[in-house]
Amino acid sequence: MKVKDLANSDLFTAITLPQGDREINGVYVGDLLSWVMGRAQSDNAWVTIMSNINILAVASLSDTSCIILAESVKLEEEVIKTAMDKEINILSTNMDIYNTAVYLSKVI
Amino acid sequence: MPDVLNFHFEVDGDDFKSAGHASFICKKNLRQLGISPEIIRRVSIAMYEGEINMVIHARGGSADVNVYEDCIEIILADKGPGIKNIKQAMQEGYSTATDNIRSLGFGAGMGLPNMKRYTDYMDIKSTVGEGTTITMKVNFE
Repeated sequence: MKVKDLANSDLFTAITLPQGDREINGVYVGDLLSWVMGRAQSDNAWVTIMSNINILAVASLSDTSCIILAESVKLEEEVIKTAMDKEINILSTNMDIYNTAVYLSKVI
Repeated sequence: MPDVLNFHFEVDGDDFKSAGHASFICKKNLRQLGISPEIIRRVSIAMYEGEINMVIHARGGSADVNVYEDCIEIILADKGPGIKNIKQAMQEGYSTATDNIRSLGFGAGMGLPNMKRYTDYMDIKSTVGEGTTITMKVNFE
């Protein structure tokens, strides 16, 4: 499944989508950034509730296909702008982390 | 082993928000050289962890990335407080980071273990009160 396909579903909203054609090959869930960096695989969708700017470095360097912010977590404008600069896809959902992961396991 | 290419970065110790900048630029440079994504990923993660450590613990430092024919070498040097007990610092989950750092999602005690995990060679030279130099290598094969 491509990130843009997920962004087009009713349950998700695209905050940034500079690389919508990226494939999602799996899912990683976590909020401790170093832990995520060490374990998330390239092209995973990363589900988190962390919203500070360092999530962009983690997503970029571990090469995840998108960040999914669960529970409608909001981002500061500066984070959104930097995400566009770094070409990082960010989606948002109302669902909590568990239900996001359950949903993703059905659709990807 | 001839030196093919060097990238040098100064890591700003005061600015937590720009932490990761050197790793990001390095990643871009390596991509332009046509190096495989998995090698770049390993180098990027190891370097970012080091960069974050230098920001959290050492008020910044420098990072040098040397691209050789058979490997990429990363040298991180700081003039911070040094590591008292390297063996302890290498244990997953051990951290001296403050609550403030933890609230940003760091301080999980995974930094040095991740650096070890993602590289083929890692050496830590540290003197308390003087600083720390970490050398890492990621082999192409």
